[in-house]
Amino acid sequence: MSDTSAAREEILSRVRSAVSGADRSPVTVPRGYRATGPVDVGLFAERVADYRATVVRCALAEVPDRIAQALTGRGRVLVPEGFAWPVRGAVPDDGLTSADLDAVDAVVTGATVGIAATGTIVLSHGPGEGRRALTLVPDVHVCVVREDQVVADVPDAVAMLDPARPTTWVSGPSATSDIELDRVEGVHGPRTLHVILAG
Amino acid sequence: MSATFVGMPAFPVAAREALANSQQRRNLAHATSTIRAKRAAVVAEVDDWEQLRLAGAAIKDNTLLHLDEQLLRLEESLTARGATVHWARDAAEACAVVAEVARGHGVDEVVKVKSMATVEIGLNDALAAEGIAAWETDLAELIVQLGDDLPSHILVPAIHRNRAEIREIFLRHMAEAGRPAPADLTDEPARLAEAARLHLREKFLRAKVAVSGANFAVADSGTLVVVESEGNGRMCLTLPEVLVSVVGIEKVVPTWADLDVFLQLLPRSSTGERMNPYTSTWAGVTPGDGPQEVHVVLLDNGRTRALADEVGRQALRCIRCSACLNVCPVYERTGGHAYGSVYPGPIGAILNPLLKGVGVDAQTDSLPYASSLCGACFEACPVRIDIPSVLVDLRAQVVDAHRPSAKPEALAMRAAAAAFGSGARLGALERLSGLAGRLLGSRGRTAPGGRRLLGRVPGPGAAWTDTRDLPRPPAESFRAWWSRTGGRDE
Repeated sequence: MSDTSAAREEILSRVRSAVSGADRSPVTVPRGYRATGPVDVGLFAERVADYRATVVRCALAEVPDRIAQALTGRGRVLVPEGFAWPVRGAVPDDGLTSADLDAVDAVVTGATVGIAATGTIVLSHGPGEGRRALTLVPDVHVCVVREDQVVADVPDAVAMLDPARPTTWVSGPSATSDIELDRVEGVHGPRTLHVILAG
Repeated sequence: MSATFVGMPAFPVAAREALANSQQRRNLAHATSTIRAKRAAVVAEVDDWEQLRLAGAAIKDNTLLHLDEQLLRLEESLTARGATVHWARDAAEACAVVAEVARGHGVDEVVKVKSMATVEIGLNDALAAEGIAAWETDLAELIVQLGDDLPSHILVPAIHRNRAEIREIFLRHMAEAGRPAPADLTDEPARLAEAARLHLREKFLRAKVAVSGANFAVADSGTLVVVESEGNGRMCLTLPEVLVSVVGIEKVVPTWADLDVFLQLLPRSSTGERMNPYTSTWAGVTPGDGPQEVHVVLLDNGRTRALADEVGRQALRCIRCSACLNVCPVYERTGGHAYGSVYPGPIGAILNPLLKGVGVDAQTDSLPYASSLCGACFEACPVRIDIPSVLVDLRAQVVDAHRPSAKPEALAMRAAAAAFGSGARLGALERLSGLAGRLLGSRGRTAPGGRRLLGRVPGPGAAWTDTRDLPRPPAESFRAWWSRTGGRDE
């Protein structure tokens, strides 16, 4: 690759001269917004549903049945390694290519955290969640979130996540606002998002 | 894409043309009023919105004032995570890096995530010149690319197109770029989105190289963030083997924790949602997950020039949400093309002159005047960029850049200064204008309220009277009336 170190030196020196006359004493960042209040699991369920995702609440013991119900009529189902519940007839991710994933109908995963205020599920793609492509290419994503994984707001979630891991924040099924700024569900990501909220 | 903003006329000329396009005005009025209502509703939900704005502005200001240290930290973190960092002083250098990576992998196409930085540097044309096709995968960018059109909005570049026009573009042009649109395509938004899904899926599955921008770059962890809706971003960031991200140097934030401010401010301000459908974060290379070769191009292209502007540097806080466009009475009527840049609307009216410098071309110099200074943009801005103050300061810079020249305004102002500088001179002038007022008699027209107005003034004065009312001089000045009556009722 070409060496861009001359550009690097020049940009850094331009930056230094641009701010040389400025008062560089730190500006205080108000952080009161981080006091986020109690967790409302019901609000999480409501707000996920607002995005036109399907939300089902159940006890932990009922999760396998709920998964089976959500998968009724779906053909090939993929489950990542380390997923906590049994899924009948599921295929494992043994290095499937993108084209292989395109032939899968649904994927079932866990999540790392749920955000009540925004109805968001965050995946950090460790055990039980799988690499990023698994929850992207298939058209149906069934996601199991435990009630004890739900936090009140965005700052709580950011504080829990590891910046070194890839993360995917999912708020409802794939959507676009590009046609007359109206929201339409269903573009490139999973068009069906089915959330099982267990606890 | 052959469409280009190069050679666009100054704002007033372009705006006049845009205003005559009644279809476009209807499309814009519909779209901006929809988004304004959505934004207002979700912003009202957040009790500490103002505090989030203050926090967002403070984080960005702290970063910008120490940008050299933050960039070095970012470079170190990215390198430690297995990414290759490149630096680009200008558009040509940035395009050259991307082209070199693509050539190195022997590809003739790349897939692109929507990115303002890559449109700013004209990446698609630069790659086309090297025989590499750059496929836009964001729905609105795809509409613009297929229609050989220009973007007119930061978030929704095809905001000036309605559903019927989009259907037409898909039916006519999708076949030229790959899988054709279904022959029975209707103008239902869901069917249009489906057509884009089918058209682009084959490209996602076969692409080896992807190009993205980044909404944020975290200095202390080397994490990049892309905020999107459709999943095209996830496709590009996850499936190809190689990823090149072009990142403006102002996108850096110091810590991962700082994202808790911006991930609240951006979606609510931008699409008026509590959260956008998908946000992706990644730090360099993750073994076994996503691209195994990752490049980051840190782009200046005028940003250090903006940083040197004491009043204007706050524009570099911008997180490209486009809330200022949606609330602007000027933008709503003219649309984005009139601004002659990938950055239209109020933020474009300050960002373009700050990035390019004033006194260089008439088009850029016209932008600080493309505003009524109503202040709606400042109120909507999630990082509190005081756009009206920057506009006023840039107007002064534009005037200064064109000194010395004997413009009619300058002569008139000098004459006025002389008149107001001396009581005797002012008195003489008032007697003269009173005489003129009497001589003009009942000519001209009467404004509501009974004020007498002059009609169109001939000669260079016409430029003034074409757009403003000029009152008829009164027959008697205040001072003459006072000395005649002593202030008593007549």
